[in-house]
Amino acid sequence: MSDAPTGIKRWLFTTNHKDIGSMYLWFSFIMLFVGGAMAMVIRAELFEPGMQVVNPNFFNMMTTLHGLIMVFGAIMPAMVGFANWQVPLMIGAPDMALPRMNNWSFWILPFAATMLVAPMFMGGDFMAGQGPAFGWTFYEPLSGQYDKLAFFIFAVHLLGFSSIMGSINIIATILNMRAPGMTLMKMPLFVWTWLITAFLLIAVMPVLAGAVTMMLTDKYFGTSFFDAAGGGDPVLFQHVFWFFGHPEVYIMILPAFGIVSQIIPTFARKPLFGYASMVYATAAIAFLSFIVWAHHMFTVGMPAAGELYFMYATVMIAVPTAVKVFNWTATMWKGSMTFETPMLWAIAFVFMFTIGGFTGLMLGVAPVDFQYHDTYFVVAHFHYVLVTGALYAIIAGVYYWLPKWTGNMYDEKLGKLHFWISTISVNVLFFPQHFLGLAGMPRRIPDYALQFAEFNKMSSYGAFVFGASQLLFLYIIIKCIKGGEKATDQVWEDAKGLEWEVPSPAPYHTFATPPEVK
Amino acid sequence: MSASHITKKLAVLLGLFSVPGIALADYALNMTQGITAISQDIYDLHQLVMWICTIAGILVFSVMIYSLINHRKSKGAVAAQFHESATVEVIWTVIPLIVLVAIAIPATTTLLEIEDSSKSDVTIQVTGWQWKWQYEYRDVEGLSFFSNLAKDSNEARQLGADPSLLTKANEYLLDVDEPIVVPVNKKVRLLLTSNDVLHAWWVPALAVKRDTIPGYINESHFTATKTGTYRGQCAELCGKDHGFMPIVVKVVEQGEYDAWIKSKTAAIAAAAGDSNKTFTQAELMKRGEEVYKASCAACHGAEGQGGGPFPPLKGSPVATTGTVEEHLKVIIAGKGIMPPFGPQLNDADVAAVTTFERNAWGNGTGDTVQPAAAKAAR
Repeated sequence: MSDAPTGIKRWLFTTNHKDIGSMYLWFSFIMLFVGGAMAMVIRAELFEPGMQVVNPNFFNMMTTLHGLIMVFGAIMPAMVGFANWQVPLMIGAPDMALPRMNNWSFWILPFAATMLVAPMFMGGDFMAGQGPAFGWTFYEPLSGQYDKLAFFIFAVHLLGFSSIMGSINIIATILNMRAPGMTLMKMPLFVWTWLITAFLLIAVMPVLAGAVTMMLTDKYFGTSFFDAAGGGDPVLFQHVFWFFGHPEVYIMILPAFGIVSQIIPTFARKPLFGYASMVYATAAIAFLSFIVWAHHMFTVGMPAAGELYFMYATVMIAVPTAVKVFNWTATMWKGSMTFETPMLWAIAFVFMFTIGGFTGLMLGVAPVDFQYHDTYFVVAHFHYVLVTGALYAIIAGVYYWLPKWTGNMYDEKLGKLHFWISTISVNVLFFPQHFLGLAGMPRRIPDYALQFAEFNKMSSYGAFVFGASQLLFLYIIIKCIKGGEKATDQVWEDAKGLEWEVPSPAPYHTFATPPEVK
Repeated sequence: MSASHITKKLAVLLGLFSVPGIALADYALNMTQGITAISQDIYDLHQLVMWICTIAGILVFSVMIYSLINHRKSKGAVAAQFHESATVEVIWTVIPLIVLVAIAIPATTTLLEIEDSSKSDVTIQVTGWQWKWQYEYRDVEGLSFFSNLAKDSNEARQLGADPSLLTKANEYLLDVDEPIVVPVNKKVRLLLTSNDVLHAWWVPALAVKRDTIPGYINESHFTATKTGTYRGQCAELCGKDHGFMPIVVKVVEQGEYDAWIKSKTAAIAAAAGDSNKTFTQAELMKRGEEVYKASCAACHGAEGQGGGPFPPLKGSPVATTGTVEEHLKVIIAGKGIMPPFGPQLNDADVAAVTTFERNAWGNGTGDTVQPAAAKAAR
């Protein structure tokens, strides 16, 4: 491609799925450090009782932006990055179906992220906390009190545009561009999970857009959707938000299931157990995700019948989720396992995601949720599913496919070191939070009563080590890009699938002629 | 920010700086059993689900660990090639379903008990405010008061406060100036609402957690079976001082409850009597400073310097060049995100804090505002 632009123009104008995938992944990595730095501020303030580091409003701003940045900036774009790189390679397509839209959906993101954090630096005293400080769930009427709300709303709109366009692209690619012979039920599981995720995104991002638009008109144009004084209802906001928000958590975890379902068979040297039931379980989880939203709101004062319904529907999710865990276990059973870095992260995912799944079941039992709700027990739960779940799968996937992307093997010793430091520290970080929540510590508080001191300190130590160990990850990736042992085409001894049939590194253009799948 | 302040922050970050004297043994690992029949039911249900999860976890993890140890290539394991089994898959879909039904049955019973607020003996209306609670006893004429974070906790929780204040404070962050008092073994119905944003009234020992929603009234109830003092906190993010609006419930014998009602009602009536008095400027300044610290400093700053969206009062037009009437109106009726303080403060308090704000921090208007003026401004 001698006429292809080089330098900055290559990245600004690229329509290549590999370039765009790399940009998504780097963007997500930067956001991981930005959101991570905010988590460090949170854990520094909670290190000991008393206020030492920031004022309460700044603290609330940190928890808010940490959540928003990790969800919308780190986890989701990382998954889209994987989709960009891997979906065409795995289905034998030359590129994404809509390459120009692909470029646009990426380039919206940096602007959206800027708009989200920019208010932090606007006007007055930085340490007073000028950014959004109403929690990542931005419940009304608290969010309506924020004086720079429009920035937040437009940032969410932009993120929504990006996600919807990305999803349309992924669906169009998967449904139209599979290599001859690749029927739907022959697709790698990662492709399946993303297909289902993309439908979830298209269904719920407009709902989120509706919620923030109602906020916008309430704040600036005199409507009263969420204001009881004008005939509205603050609880309506929560229903609309969680109708988006619950599928959203599956949007973050389903592609993670897909990644892990690719990795475990490779290193167990054994086909994935129950491929068809994995596909059906993913679809079942996606369907259930639409009808359980109010389990996030058991304490708002719903009628008992509503609470019963949402409790029953919610605990049902345990069934397809358990099926998945059993299938991964059965895949390892009587395999011939080796424990390269990606496999370590994937196994840790199965263990710790399961812990997060158990606490999820506990939270779904409505009467007990009255005690768990809005405590550190919830914080522990969703960090087990999102950090040791989604993020662990992302890291596993990076190690797994990095040799294919760069043509070089990463440093295996450092990769394992990264794994062990992270896995020990992440449990020191999040496991004690279960105890804090059960003992009665509410979430989103900048300071706490003295009986919560020990576990908070322990949690903070875990956080500092876990945070620092991700710098090692950055180093390992850069080292791998710069050089290292050359990777073979197949990279892993028993790796199966189309992506392992192209050279390493994958050339700029692959599958110009579609491969034949038998 | 001074250099020493930065050093201190760095020291905190590095974990070198330790709050002295905090040796704490009373941490808990598990949920409280509480002091109501429902809190006990919830605890039992929690134990049931937790043990089911623990056993399921042990089973699944044991299989995985066995496999990780034995089915590894370095031990010469050769991979089997099976990849499905309809029987096994049906079994492990059905077993979780049965377990879920076993959980759902007791959960349903408990939930229906929680939602039954009928046949109550005492009714208390709980109103959430940024950032305090208001309690109104619906069965007692004139018994309504606000409950703020206790003064010692409030001083200790300021950014950069002397760390020794933490241990000196009584029940740091879990103590209030005015607790609510309820009789033992009586069904207390709560009517919960809010004045501004969402809050949630939560006392773990009573197993009550219910959101307070502006414009709507939620219901909940508890029947405490043991006397004592029980503490809780706001559980729904409600802005800056969400972490600083605790709840204290005193459960007492009926006789003690009746006596408290009497003395509390009399005290409220006496305080209202101050409306007709005239004070000297010095008296008003002293009283005003106390009111300012308790009700205003959280947003407008200890030195009237403001912060974030909250405007400074030092040199502010309202507190200097503006009229006393305007100033009183803002305090009584609120403005923008500032809540109305009329319902929270009596005339003497409003007059005192207005006097204080017009003279403190070099505002120096020399004005003296009497309770009569506050009364007139309402």
